[in-house]
This record gives sequence, structure tokens and C-alpha cells, in this order.
Amino acid sequence: MHPNRNILTGTHFEMGNWACTEGAIAAGCNFAAGYPITPASEVANFLAARLPETGGTFLQTEDEISAICSAIGASWAGCKAMTVTSGPGISLMQESIGFAVATETPLVIIDVQRFGPSTGVPSVGLAGDIVQVARGSHGDYQIIALCPERPQEMFDLTIRAFNLAETYRVPVFVMADGFMGHMREQIMIPEEDQIEIKNRKIAQPAATVLERQDFQDVNVAPMPVFGKGLKAHVTSSCHDEHGMRNLSDPEVMHRYTMRPIEKILQHRDDIVRVEVDCENVTVALVSCGTVSRCARAAAQLARAEGLQVGTLRLQTVWPFADREVRAVAEKIDHMLVLENNTGQLYPYIKAEAAHACRVSFLGPQTLGQIHDPKYILGHIKEMIQ
Amino acid sequence: MTVSAHPLKEKYARSHIKRTTTCPGCGIGTVSQAILRAIDELGLNMDDFVFVSGIGCSAWIPSPFYNADTLHTTHGRPIAFATGVKLGLPDKHVMVVSGDGDLTAIGGNHLIHAARRNIDLTVVLVNNGIYGMTGGQTAPTTPRGIKTITSPYGAMEHDFDISPMVVAAGASFVARWTTYHPRQMTRSIKKGIQKKGFSLIEAVSQCPVQYGRASKLGGAVDMLKYFKESSIRLTKARDMDEAQLQGKIIVGEFCDREKAELSEQWVRLRCEMTEDE
Repeated sequence: MHPNRNILTGTHFEMGNWACTEGAIAAGCNFAAGYPITPASEVANFLAARLPETGGTFLQTEDEISAICSAIGASWAGCKAMTVTSGPGISLMQESIGFAVATETPLVIIDVQRFGPSTGVPSVGLAGDIVQVARGSHGDYQIIALCPERPQEMFDLTIRAFNLAETYRVPVFVMADGFMGHMREQIMIPEEDQIEIKNRKIAQPAATVLERQDFQDVNVAPMPVFGKGLKAHVTSSCHDEHGMRNLSDPEVMHRYTMRPIEKILQHRDDIVRVEVDCENVTVALVSCGTVSRCARAAAQLARAEGLQVGTLRLQTVWPFADREVRAVAEKIDHMLVLENNTGQLYPYIKAEAAHACRVSFLGPQTLGQIHDPKYILGHIKEMIQ
Repeated sequence: MTVSAHPLKEKYARSHIKRTTTCPGCGIGTVSQAILRAIDELGLNMDDFVFVSGIGCSAWIPSPFYNADTLHTTHGRPIAFATGVKLGLPDKHVMVVSGDGDLTAIGGNHLIHAARRNIDLTVVLVNNGIYGMTGGQTAPTTPRGIKTITSPYGAMEHDFDISPMVVAAGASFVARWTTYHPRQMTRSIKKGIQKKGFSLIEAVSQCPVQYGRASKLGGAVDMLKYFKESSIRLTKARDMDEAQLQGKIIVGEFCDREKAELSEQWVRLRCEMTEDE
């Protein structure tokens, strides 16, 4: 491998989907699988060219189901693996995303979201998958999902997604959207030694898997990756901490569901990142993704008019920033939730904030457009009257 | 009660697994033995393999029994998972063991595309012509006219002829045998493992509990007799017309050819791309 080819240190003027690709390469991704879909295709296109020259493999699959499955297989083969798609692809992948959760498989899923439901509008960004990435696979689980707001963060958060995936042995989503993926902005790629890279812990050999904990450690079990003679038993059926199937003991069923959930929730302080700009304000605009830029612009307009308006941005959208939302809510009078959808995060925010302040929702003036800061300002004025 | 274990079990099975999940008379034991004998006769070690299986009775052949890296996947997807495993570990033998429902119904797309890619997987497809685990529903391999629980008035649809389909999709090696032919099956599995390319061994197997009842073929012994009597060698079948082949099981090696293989091409490309600096 040639490190100089892996990390394109310098300042670039490129689209978000390019930044995402370079983030993956910089993070050490060496396997990607994908199926063409607007507005995510460029990530796969760029990866198809970049992975071979950095020692990696790119597989164009027959569908998105095959993409997620082969990425999971590659992860168990020891690769840093990813797939990239948009809403319809996520819908197809859901069953095996649950597989990655249950088998504690490190994996990054890039979701460049588009306008739905159904085929919808491929080239228009909408935050349509916010809830489906957290709740779309069957059964109960927790997921990690990061929400960039600009092309630079598609680089930064893709690296962070790989690091979180490797640290916690979980699938991690990067929730971009069509606007951001196709937007060209300045992207700064730092020197190699300025980029922190994390790698999974690997299990040690044992006489049988019964003498080793391969799963269900809330502090993350070392991964028994394939090809090292570790004789790992990996199944999506309910299994014990050794990976052995058990469909009869409710205690095992309880741990099978709860331990992967606890693994994320007990480390939520390391995972959850928010940006709070709410000193001495009475109104907070809560948002994630592209909309956060509109929220900041609206807060500036409001402050210029002497209104006490701040912002709370969820850079980590899952696990949900419950404490951070609550802390802000308890210091203000009004919370305005801005989302580029019909209110997917709104119920979660209301549940944490409604005891302390008034909470309301504002979608864009027209679905398919992004929020006009002046439109947000108008709404703030109505709200505080 | 003392049970004397088969020597292959001592050598290749996880020592703490004591029971199988198969019904009495199931053909899976024969197929599993054929796989282990093939590995044994080739002098290979379980650490040379990764086994991948899907959902259904025959997916339980490697998992939890084989003392190796085993990946028991979502329904229909083992070939997709195995494709990622093989590309990540090109030096390992990656074997998929699953059933006709898993690999040709819900997972049919992955089967034909893996054959088209000619990725070096050895797929042992156990074809019992029915959904056994879920209680005897019609499969894409159930012959027309057979009454199953979901075709109580007789199956109206035509069944897949799996091996020729996989030949047409581009596989390097394809063979079909029944559980009446364990030695031939073992030989073909050996060839499949050694073949650099996509290999399919279709193992026609008896499910006396579900298929035997639905088809009125009877128990395991009756079904094996049926396999014996209705099997026709491919070489012989070539001289027979459609009417003569009605109800017959054509067995033999359908193709054995050299083609560019995917994982090897990736190893070569990565070397070329990274060594010239």
C-alpha cells in the first residue's frame, strides 16, 4: 500500500460524494460493494477507481441486498468494509443490516438520501431515511448514525464512522443527502499523521469457542475474524456469547437483544456529538444535516434583529442525543425543530423537551426545497409573539 | 447410552456439538459426509475453509457442526456473503452449503450472478424439492402435479432445472448427483473445491418427512430406490428425447471448463496498481 496515494493531503474543490470517498480511503477502507443509485452513485464510481490503487476491492453487485451482504462477508474476512446507497437501497438492505447488528459486524453504510416515498425524486435531497436507519430492520436494536452538513464533513464523518464501527463492532451510517453529495465546496484533507485511525481488536485462538467470548460484551468482544484458524461460529439466529445458537433459553434471548443495545448506550457519551450555540437565548433551532446550515443562517438573521435565537445541531443523530436536547430545553422558552421531511425526529425531540418548553416543527416551505432562512425567521417571529 | 462417533466427526466437527437437527431418514447426513470425505481425501484442513450457509435444513450442515469458520446468514443470501468473504480472503476455500429454496427461490439472483462472475466458490446445493423446515411448501424445484401444503390441488408451475441453468449462467464446474450416488458426489465436490472458479454440486436429496409424504414416494429407503431407478447419466441422456426423459433425474458432470476467475483477477489488479511506484 502507498500511504501517499491513500491520503490526498491538501485543499480541494470537490463534491461531497468525492469527499466521502476520500474519507473512506483515508480511514483504511479496503472493500466496498454497491449498486448504482442516484444521488449516491458517484461515491461508488470514485471508489471503483480509487480502491484498486490503494490495495482495495470494489464489487458492483446485482442489487443492494447483495451489496450489504458481501460487505458484511468482507468485514468478517478482516476487511474495513462499506456500502453506499440511497433510500430505496436502504429499504432493500434492512434485513441484513439487522444481521450486522446481531452478529456485531463493523461496517459503514453511506446513505446519500433522496426524496421519497418510493422512487420519488432521485436527485432531490430529503432527510427521508432518518427513522428507517434506526428502526427499519425488524426487532429491537440501537444504531449509530452520523449526520454531516457539508462536503467537508462527508470526509470527516466518514472517517469517524469507520472508527466507531471498528471500535464498537457495529454498522454505522453516514446520513448525507443529494444536495450535500452533489454540492461542491472547499475540502481540506489533513496530513496523514493528523488523522486518527482505529482498528478492531482481534480474538485469540482457543481450544473451542466455548472458551472464548466472541459476542455480547458491552465493552466490545474482540472479533474472531475469519481465516485465522479461530473457528468462529457466526449466526444471525439467537446466540450466546460464544456465538452458539440457542433458541430455547429466554436468558440467552434477553442478552442477545440487550447486550448490543447496551454496548451502544453505555458508550453514548463517546458517540454522541452535538453543536450547541444556545447561550442566553429563548429560542433554539434544532436540526441535523443540510438543514443545520439554514438554521444557523436564520439564527444570524434573528440575532441581527435583536431576537435571542440559538441553534442545537445533532451531528450524531443516533443514538439520540436525549440528554443534550433536554439540557437545552430546560433553559429556553421555545424549541423549533427544523427537518427536511415531515417531522421524523420531531417526536423524539418532543419527548425530551416538551416538559420544559414549547416545541414545534417546521419543514421546508415546500418539500423538495431547502429551508429559506427568511421563512424560518418569519416562523420564529410568529412563534414568540 | 454410549454412542460411537463417526471418525469424520471426531476429526472435523465441533467437539461440543452432540445432536443434529435432521429428521430420521434425511439425506443431509449423506451430503455432509460427502463434503467431509472430499476435504479429507484432498488432505485439506478445516482452517483452509470458510463455510457459509443460509436458512433451511441443509444450511445446518456446516453450522454449528463443522469445526471451522462458519457464517450462517440471512435467508437466500449466503452466496452474496460468501462473495465478500472470498474477495477478502482469496487464499481460502469458501464453500456455500444451502438448499434449493434458499439458493434458487429467494436467493436465485445471487446464484446466477455468482456463476456469471465466476468467483471461486464451491456451492453444494441440497435439492430436496420442497421447503422442509417450514412444513412442506412448494419450492421452485417441486415437480408439477405434486400436492404440497401450499399446492393442495397439485403444483401448477414448472420447476427449475438447476444445474443446466447454472451452466448457462457461466459456472466453471457443475455436477448433479443424488444421495444414492455418495461416491460420485464426493468426487465432484473434490473437483469443485479444486476448481478455480464457480462450482455447483447439486445434491438431489430425500426429505421423507415432507417430500416423501407429498409425492407419495414413501420413506427414505423408497426415495433412495426411486433415485436409483430414475437417475440417468448425462452421457446417456443426450441420446434420449424429451418423452423418454420425463420424470428422470439426469446425473453427471454438466460442465468443467477454464475461465477467468474473479478473486484471482482482483489479486492481480491490486498488485499491478500498487507495485509500480
